[in-house]
This record gives sequence, C-alpha cells and structure tokens, in this order.
Amino acid sequence: MLTPVLSDNWDQIRSWQLASYQRSGGYDALQAALRMQPADVITAVKDSGLRGRGGAGFPTGMKWSFIPQDNPKPKYLVVNADESEPGTCKDIPLMMASPHTLVEGVIISSYAIRASTAFIYVRGEVLHVIRRLQQAVEEAKAAGFIGTNILGSGYDLDVVVHAGAGAYICGEETALLDSLEGRRGQPRLRPPFPAVAGLYGCPTVINNVESIASVPAIIKNGPDWFGSMGTEKSKGMTLYSLSGHVTRPGQYEAPLGITLRQLIDLAGGIREGHELKFWTPGGSSTPLLTAEHLDVPLDYEGVGSVGSMLGTKALQIFDETVCVVRSVLRWTEFYKHESCGKCTPCREGTWWLVQILERLEKGQGTEADLDTLLDLSENIMGRSFCALGDGATAPITSSIQHFKDEYLAHFTHGGCPFDPMASTVFATAGASA
Amino acid sequence: MAENHTTSTDMPVPYSTGDSKISETTIAEMRELAARYPVGRSALLPMLHLVQSVEGRVTPEGIEACADVLGLTGAEVSAVATFYTMYKRRPVGDYHVGVCTNTLCAVMGGDLIFERLKQHLEVGNDETTEDGKITLEHIECNAACDYAPVMMVNWEFFDDMTPETATQLVDDLRDGTEVKSPRGATICTWKEAERVLAGFPDGRADEGPTGGKATLAGLRLARERNWTAPSGQHGGGGAAAEQTVSPEAASGPRPEDQPGKESGTGSPAIPDSRKED
Repeated sequence: MLTPVLSDNWDQIRSWQLASYQRSGGYDALQAALRMQPADVITAVKDSGLRGRGGAGFPTGMKWSFIPQDNPKPKYLVVNADESEPGTCKDIPLMMASPHTLVEGVIISSYAIRASTAFIYVRGEVLHVIRRLQQAVEEAKAAGFIGTNILGSGYDLDVVVHAGAGAYICGEETALLDSLEGRRGQPRLRPPFPAVAGLYGCPTVINNVESIASVPAIIKNGPDWFGSMGTEKSKGMTLYSLSGHVTRPGQYEAPLGITLRQLIDLAGGIREGHELKFWTPGGSSTPLLTAEHLDVPLDYEGVGSVGSMLGTKALQIFDETVCVVRSVLRWTEFYKHESCGKCTPCREGTWWLVQILERLEKGQGTEADLDTLLDLSENIMGRSFCALGDGATAPITSSIQHFKDEYLAHFTHGGCPFDPMASTVFATAGASA
Repeated sequence: MAENHTTSTDMPVPYSTGDSKISETTIAEMRELAARYPVGRSALLPMLHLVQSVEGRVTPEGIEACADVLGLTGAEVSAVATFYTMYKRRPVGDYHVGVCTNTLCAVMGGDLIFERLKQHLEVGNDETTEDGKITLEHIECNAACDYAPVMMVNWEFFDDMTPETATQLVDDLRDGTEVKSPRGATICTWKEAERVLAGFPDGRADEGPTGGKATLAGLRLARERNWTAPSGQHGGGGAAAEQTVSPEAASGPRPEDQPGKESGTGSPAIPDSRKED
C-alpha cells in the first residue's frame, strides 16, 4: 500500500547527515552514475517514466534531452525548491529530513546534462531547511562528491544553495530564473524555452525537488523497478501530502494511482464525527473535487479525467464545517497578493475577483455576481502570461460548479452561515479565541 | 476576514536614520557572495538578506552598498528589494512572528490565532510591539499544511498551534525565555536568521529532529504494517537500518510530538484532540 523510498530513511538518527545517509546506501547511485555515460543516465531516467513532481508532470528525462549538447555555453541545473503552492508541503520535509537525497540527485542529474553549476533555489521562509541544505552541500564537497574531478571521473560541479525572499511567483520556472539572476521574479516569454536559453541565456534544466530526489533510486534500482510501481502512464512512487480534517495528516509515500479513499483510510479517516466536503488534489490551483471523486486514481490521467489536475499531490481535506466561499475568497486574496503585476488579466483580474468575492461572503452580492465571476475567470484563464492567473480561477470556477447553493445561501442568510470556530482544530479542546 | 489582509501601519518609512551599520566587513561579505555565482548580480537577493542582518531592515545605505558592489543603480536594487515580501523597509523586531492565514491554516484556526495575537500584542498586521521585540505578520502558505495551524518565528516552524500556545509563545519570546522550534533550532534573532539566509551558516543544522509527527506519519504506518517498496537493488525498505532508528521514529504517542513540549519553554503542551495517536 505504502512504498517508502524517498521517505525511507527519515526515521534514522540524524538522517540529514552524510554519515547516516551513507549508512542507508546513500551516494552508491552517484558512483554507479559516474560509471555510466551521461546520455545513458538520461536514457535510464527517460525509461523509468519519471514525470515532473512539481505539478505539470512533464517527463523528466525528456526535459533533460532537450539540452543542446552542441551548444558551447555552460549548462545549468536549477532545482525549484520554492515550495509555496497552498497545500503543498512535501519538498520541505524531504529537504529537512534528508537533504542528501536531493544533493545526490542534483549531482547525478547535473552529470547527465553536463552542467557545470547547479543551484538549489529554496524559498527563504524555511530557515532550518536552508541550514540543513547548506550543511549537506558542504559535507558533500568535503567528501569529494562535489568539486573538481568528482570521484576520479573527471567531472567538475559546483552546487550553490540560494535562498529566495518571499514570492510565490518564483515557483514559476522562468520567474525563478529571473529571480536567480537578481531581478524581480517575473515570468519570461517562451520560447525560447529554458532548455535553450535559460539562466544567463544558457541551456538550463529546472526540476522540482521531488523529481530530482527520485533520480538516485532510479539509477540504483533501475528504470524497471521504478516502473513496477504506479500506473501505465504515471509511473513510480510519490509523496502524497494530506492536510486538514483528517485524523493523521502527514506525508504518505505511495505508488501513483492510489485513491483518496485509500489515503484517508491510512490517515485514520476524516476527523471524528465529520464528513468530507471538498478537497484539492494538488494545491489550490487545481480545481476542487468532492466526495464523489473519492475513488479517482490519483495519477496524472485519473485526476485530469475529472476536470482537475494531480498538481503537487497536496491533498487539502475540508469537512462540512468549512465554508466554501470563505475558503475561495482566501485563496483568491493569495493570488491577488502574489500576482507579479506583469500582465493585465492577472494583475487586474485578481483584484476584481477579490472585490466580488468579498461582497459575496458578506451576503451583499447578487446572483449576477456569480456570472461576473465566471466571466472574469474566463477572461483570465488562458489569457494571462503564466499559470498563476489560470490557477487563480481554478477554485472559483470549480466551487461555483459544485457549491453554487452555498454562494446563494450567503445572500439568503445575509452573510456567512458558518461558525468559524467549528472548523478549527481546537474546536473540541475547549479553547476559544 | 478580509481585514486580516490590510496593514494598519500608516507611519512613513524612514528614509535614512543616519546610523547605518554597513561597514567594510559588510562590503567584503557582499563581494564574497557575488563571487559564489557565475554572474555577480545573482547574489543580490542574498546581499539584501545580509543588509537586513546588519541593519534590521533594508536601508537606503544598504541599497547603495549593493548597487556599488554589483555596478547597478540604486533604483535597480530598490526595484528588486520592493518586490519580495521578506525584505522590510520598516525596522523588524527581534522576533518576526508569522501566522499562516492562507485557507487551510485559516479554517483550522489560523484566523482566530492571528486575531488573538493582535489583541494580545496590541499591534496590527506588519507592526512591531513598542518594546521592539515582536513584529507580527500574517503570512501565506509556508509549506507545512500537515501541521496546521502553523506559525513561524524568524522562519522556524511552530506546529499545531492554538490561541493559548500562540500567546504563550510570544510571551516567552518577549520575556527572553529560550524558545526552540519543535522542528528546528533554538530561536535566534531575526537579524541572525537573515545572516543564514544570506548564505553564512550558523552551525545549528544539527539541532532538532528529522521531522515531526506528520512528516513521519506514513513511514510509521508502513513500518507498523511491514509495507515496503518493491525490492530492487534498493533492499526494499528500512528493515536493514532498524538498529539506528531515531528517537523521533517510534510509533505511538510521544511527548516530543506535542506542540511546545520539546521547546521546554513552559508553553503548555495542549493535547491535540485531532490526532488519535
């Protein structure tokens, strides 16, 4: 049912240290990779079927193969560790517990694409994670895994841990590149794609933490082993993050294609005395689903077939005490706050969305406002510069689709009919605000 | 709830107070940061973190120093500094206290915690207490949703918070009691934290556990039920390493998992009724 691979060493003493990581077989995969030709490492990752774990699900090995090796410019690997999609909380615990899994993946992946420098762009708001990454890179340097002539292979690599400074948009890969170049984090027009002209205009691969961290296990155990888990088009194991109204929220590493019903069962059920109302499959930018979707396979195809996206597998679980309108308003405020301002549909649209939703939540709206919301969403979706604008519309359109009556109830009730205390974790502990 | 998202601070931003602490050492460290990158400008974000570690905010002098080192104009540096929420133009207290009020944390209790702290500290959002100790701010999702409601102190995690543990936490910080993050280190000052973010480690990486209860929830269950990944050359799961299982790892209820308990700060370990183990 559960298949701990990435999380397998998280319960070891000082699992974040090199010595502990090596006791669990750490850096064996690096030695194996350095005995292979770089192109063969790419082939192995391609054959494994690994798809990007940052949300889009693009095949990782294919992304690597787009790097033009005849281009004389330096090549770069950039790890997107800017985990900030609401609900998403898998990369941070991975880097906290086992930063070397990522670092080993970085070295192997860099070798595969022949990168001279790799960057781990980690959001700035996670001090202790940054400490552990910094230490892991230093340990790896001291052990000769990073530097010149790594393990006698003739391959040279430098790795830089880079802290961001608070901007959700920097999780968008081209905005991340601008930010890493010391600029405002705003997305770039594509093409050219980063594989051709990325960091400093050089060929660049940008991958999510979990994608890169999956590489050592693939190299060590083989593509077939990886493909023996998961479904036909969504192979391997992955970290599912359950949060909200379940008995035991947390990280559950399972093969792709497990269902929410199974995961909730593993997490001890919905909190006692309550029932599932709505959930996000992969963060707030993936359209909401409901109890009727409990048996949908949580892989890229399965979630796509019911009109949402697997995203980051950030399963935020909300029970019947939660007001959908309040939830959607809060997410929309987030997108408004995080809109970088570069393009008009997103910059202006998210502000209008918030104003209308505020009115609705106070019970001062009309049914025509719902049409305006949908009209606005239609004008943002697909017309904004990057996916942030698209994401902003997901909770709105999906919530109106599934919970239109609840919006209407705000008009008849003259405000929010829900008690905000009822949804809190301390509701039953006798605490009050 | 929308009023959470407004800043009640209307005080003007001090342009320069004339007591900048940017020194030759700071400039040398800025040059050191720039040298870590193939193109020096990539060090601008770390350099601005460094400015905050020295000045307690982004000062005009700090902006000019970055500009000088990188060969940019002050306007170019300001454009960057004003884009990112972690860069502060007003002085920040010794402890930056963040309360997540994004949707999941908000409904799990973050909104009520934030309201309680505003009253308790008598400050609004993004304001600092009169003693200069605490700056309170509502924050966006900090990637710890499985520990909701979440607070951050100088960007260290505080998990499964309640209004009571939250007020106790800020009281401890104000009193100078030593406070530890349940998934991190002993809390340092905001300036010290900013120095680490700039890229100058403080040697505290080994403090704290591998993860908290939620981080290990799936792994514990897998161990309990003897579930492993298919065996490749991988060896199939963690059975091989049982001898080295960490103190955090054993299944079942553990006092360390309770919020505030491990910190030994006197924060009451309010039992988390949500969790059966």
